[in-house]
Amino acid sequence: MAVETLLPSASPVRFVAEDGTRADRHGGYAEPTETRLKETYRLMVLGRRFDVQATALTKQGRLAVYPSSAGQEACQVAAALALQDNDWLFPTYRDSVALVARGLKPGEVLTLLRGDAHCGYNPTETRVAPQCTPLATQTLHAAGLAHAMQRRGEDAVALALIGDGATSEGDFHEALNFAAVFKAPVVFFVQNNRYAISVPFEKQSAAPALAYKGIGYGMRSEQVDGNDAVAVLAVLDDAVKHAREGKGPVLVEAHTYRIDAHTNADDATRYRDADEVAKWREADPVKRLETYLKDRNSLSEHEIELCHAEAEEFAQSVRDTLNAESELDPMSLFDHVYAEPTRQLQRQRAMVAAELEV
Amino acid sequence: MTTTMAQALNAALRDALKDDDRVLVFGEDVGALGGVFRVTDGITADFGEDRCFDTPLAESGIVGFAVGMAMGGFRPVVEMQFDAFAYPAFEQITSHVAKLRNRTRGALSLPMVIRIPYAGGIGGVEHHCDSSEVYYTHTPGLRVVTPGTAQDAYDLLRDAIDSPDPVVFLEPKARYWSGEEVGFTRSGPAMDKAVVRKTGKDVTLIAYGPMVATAMETAEAAKDEGWDVEVVDLRSLSPFDDETVTASVRRTGRAVVVHEAAGFGGYGAEVVARVTEQCFHQLHAPVLRVTGLDIPYPAPKLERHTLPDVDRILDTIARLQWADTPVVAGA
Ligand SMILES: Cc1ncc(C[n+]2csc(CCOP(=O)(O)OP(=O)(O)O)c2C)c(N)n1
Repeated sequence: MAVETLLPSASPVRFVAEDGTRADRHGGYAEPTETRLKETYRLMVLGRRFDVQATALTKQGRLAVYPSSAGQEACQVAAALALQDNDWLFPTYRDSVALVARGLKPGEVLTLLRGDAHCGYNPTETRVAPQCTPLATQTLHAAGLAHAMQRRGEDAVALALIGDGATSEGDFHEALNFAAVFKAPVVFFVQNNRYAISVPFEKQSAAPALAYKGIGYGMRSEQVDGNDAVAVLAVLDDAVKHAREGKGPVLVEAHTYRIDAHTNADDATRYRDADEVAKWREADPVKRLETYLKDRNSLSEHEIELCHAEAEEFAQSVRDTLNAESELDPMSLFDHVYAEPTRQLQRQRAMVAAELEV
Repeated sequence: MTTTMAQALNAALRDALKDDDRVLVFGEDVGALGGVFRVTDGITADFGEDRCFDTPLAESGIVGFAVGMAMGGFRPVVEMQFDAFAYPAFEQITSHVAKLRNRTRGALSLPMVIRIPYAGGIGGVEHHCDSSEVYYTHTPGLRVVTPGTAQDAYDLLRDAIDSPDPVVFLEPKARYWSGEEVGFTRSGPAMDKAVVRKTGKDVTLIAYGPMVATAMETAEAAKDEGWDVEVVDLRSLSPFDDETVTASVRRTGRAVVVHEAAGFGGYGAEVVARVTEQCFHQLHAPVLRVTGLDIPYPAPKLERHTLPDVDRILDTIARLQWADTPVVAGA
């Protein structure tokens, strides 16, 4: 395979400049249709509102923790929209908005972070793997599942989300290598938000761009402006198509930024200065897409208002869901450890049951 | 015709591949070479590269990839080349293989087998001889089994592959080449059940994997001392078969647990605790352990000093208050 066919664009693919005007680094990608872009916008507004609401709920003690993805909505929404229903998404703790965009209910998405259960939805029905906390491990599962689907002749793709810090983990490299060797239909989508908790990208990797990591494994690679929703969707659409056509895996790096702290429990002022955050706020992906669509007369003020109204309603439903006390059955602790409970677990179950009687 | 444990495992893999299309075998050097211990000998040639194939050299990759393939409906049987080389996959095994069923509240299960040649006694250099069972038995969600005989190797591997739960399958490499008569029809479920390998009335030796043969030799040698030794082969380390073990100890009133792994915090401590709790009134002496030394696995020329042998086990049996002398627990 010629190296040239694997190389990412020299600079991140971009359709829309920061001020919302048309940019010309398309890298030969087709622009998504107006309908899809409007759907992207709607879900980004919804996602932003969800994110703000979830963060607020941590302050009220309704959620144990919430890792915000504010600023990364273009990536979050495009990751969900690039997939079809039978494709699999492998998200991390940060990717709740992607799950919302894929159509999961807020209660299902937040079950994990609320502390009710490790996964609030049925992965086989939603085709969304449980949100993964051990870094980079899910990339191998995505590669394996993609390979399994390919062997079964299923016309489906897996997309694994991963952060910049997690690309330093061995599993990421093993996953790229396995996927490339087996030509598995999987897209690895790195959201380089410039920090792994407190560690800036410069201390994470000496690579000029993480997109270059794919080449060494024989994998097609691309980099994209992660705050340009048009570009992210265009690139991911193409990557998913490439994988679906059996041409092998793709690595996509989105250059973006995490506006809020790592989680609500983190103090980001210790490791990055206000100027930097202010600069990136200017690059807001939601505003950028809004300006772009408005300037092209694709989006009216009325439609924008409708999106915000829907988002408000959605936020209300998030509050309603989370404010309702959850009912948890302690006996469920013993379920699904093994296909059948062992005698040991049966005895412990009886002990806890007896304790609850008193 | 005698069959070695390696051949019995090979037969089990072949029969499983024949019976179920979803079964796949993969790992390092399992294809053309047939594995460094030849357990997968000829399988690629007979079943094709689709069913038995070499992967890139990365243990976490092998196990993590298998997780995805099991999610996608296959039943992977993966080989880790040696015990200590499974450690790169430890995170996948403990964080994902063991937990996915529980995390997804039963929506996803991982019927997969992780085969690990383990333990020493073969003159191997460092990192080739670890007894790593406790890392896995301490992890809820995993089943951990280890055969002591070639027949059990066949039966247990068939059961492990059929199991809806992930199984860590520990193969005592020192026993790969020991042969016996094996009937390749399954004699009934072997998983989850300990077996009494030899009955006796004076003391129960509790062993598993590589130590089963040593325990049997000890039972033979013990006759000269006038001791009638019963041998229990655990086979399944997790879950633990309390019934078979405690029934035996209640009959004999004395027990010694034997394993190769270091004793401190080892599997024997769990067995002793369980037996003591359940057989306290039938015990005539404390339950003792014969284990490997609490040292990193030694260089080949010194390994005989750590491996429990017949003499050390007999010495321990002697401490079980055969006369009216008080027992001094702990050497
Ligand atoms: C194997 C592992 N090591 C450490 C952690 C703790 N941890 C959680 S998030 C994180 C930073 C990850 O950064 P990055 O991959 O850039 O993703 P981001 O959080 O920025 O989305 C760390 C170190 C973990 N979850 N897993």
